[in-house]
Amino acid sequence: MTYFRDVGALARKDLLLELRARDTLPAMLLFVVATFVVFHFALPASSSELAASGLLWVAIVFTALLGLGRAFVPEREQRMLDGLVLAPCDRSAIWLGKGIATLAFLAAAEVVALPVFALFFHSLSAATIAAVVLADLGICAVGTFLGAMAVATRARDLLLPLLFLPLAIPIVIGGVGASIVDAPGRYLGFLALYDALFALVCWATFEYVVTE
Amino acid sequence: MSRERAEFADVGRTYRIPLSTLAAASAGLVTLALVLVFFVAPNDADQGFSQRIFYFHVSIAITAYACFGLGAWKALMHLWKRDPRADLESYVAIHQGVIFGILVLVTGSIWAKISWGHWWLWSEDQLVLFLVLFLFYAAYFMLRFSVDPGPQRENFSAVYALFGVVLIPVSFMAIRLAKQAIHPVVFTRHGPNFGGWILVAYIVSQVALLVLAYTLYRVELAGKLVDARLRRLREVTA
Repeated sequence: MTYFRDVGALARKDLLLELRARDTLPAMLLFVVATFVVFHFALPASSSELAASGLLWVAIVFTALLGLGRAFVPEREQRMLDGLVLAPCDRSAIWLGKGIATLAFLAAAEVVALPVFALFFHSLSAATIAAVVLADLGICAVGTFLGAMAVATRARDLLLPLLFLPLAIPIVIGGVGASIVDAPGRYLGFLALYDALFALVCWATFEYVVTE
Repeated sequence: MSRERAEFADVGRTYRIPLSTLAAASAGLVTLALVLVFFVAPNDADQGFSQRIFYFHVSIAITAYACFGLGAWKALMHLWKRDPRADLESYVAIHQGVIFGILVLVTGSIWAKISWGHWWLWSEDQLVLFLVLFLFYAAYFMLRFSVDPGPQRENFSAVYALFGVVLIPVSFMAIRLAKQAIHPVVFTRHGPNFGGWILVAYIVSQVALLVLAYTLYRVELAGKLVDARLRRLREVTA
């Protein structure tokens, strides 16, 4: 139980920081809406609704990337990660807490972005919403993990997209599939499987990322 | 700390098969495979001569998987036993895997061009999978060379290598799924009728490439170890 209390405290710390400084969320919101406008002009007028469905997933992945790139910046600037590692709690709690906070930002951005998408392009099916929820879990699980690694390297911001995008390809495939077919069950199942597998790997190996 | 680690690299375990024997074996096996594939195995009734590239394409693909698997296994050994040598072995195995992965993309493209007239086909599962894996493992090198040598770099590399073995089956499933929804299945290919010389030629080329990959792995590993030893000597004499 103390494990979940630690996770809760860490997540609350990030949410509180965001509430006071408002660094990440406004940037994500502006970015995703601007992306939609760019997509509108990138798509020829005669293109189908299917193309717009695909672009929704591009927008989600890149918006998430924006948030993930910022995720461990406070820890780096304040040299807080050393303190967290020294704290008497399981190291995977750092990953889980940060993942939950990132998920909250991404979900908040999507609460605005999805209606805007529906307004600009076409209405969204329930399967698409379900796929977005499942994809968010996977994106935040893997992205937070890779963010913690990228922030400790020399290349930093440059490295995260390179590490993250190959791992995000299955998410995009599952998400786009669920958005465009009539029977999305298999795609949703696949996304759930992806979440479970990678969450397990991240949870089990995060300790090696923050310790030596 | 660094001296301790360098000494570790020095000790190492000795291998049962010496490198010269391996090199001779891979030269012989590759020659034998070339002879079998080009002069003994019969032409494919359907696709003619161009089908022969499959003996290498498939063997190279399986060799690349074996390299990635070995890399992940060594990574696990590193995390588990904290053996610094395993980190180097994992890196070398993945390096070989990427080289063979590029060869899969090249041989696959050549075959696609001859068979269908296009250099790239999104409907070909293996090609797309290897493209994803290539991107993933190319990022592995970016990650590795963006961190200073030491325990942190070893951990990052090992963890990322483990992600790879999870990504391979997941991507494979995803690409199979994508074919149904996103890309129409245009081409279907009947499985090759294995038998006689075709089977022999395939097995020999498979074994030849696995031995070749292992030889290259050992050569690169030996080079890296000499490198580490040299650096240590310089440290001592400086």
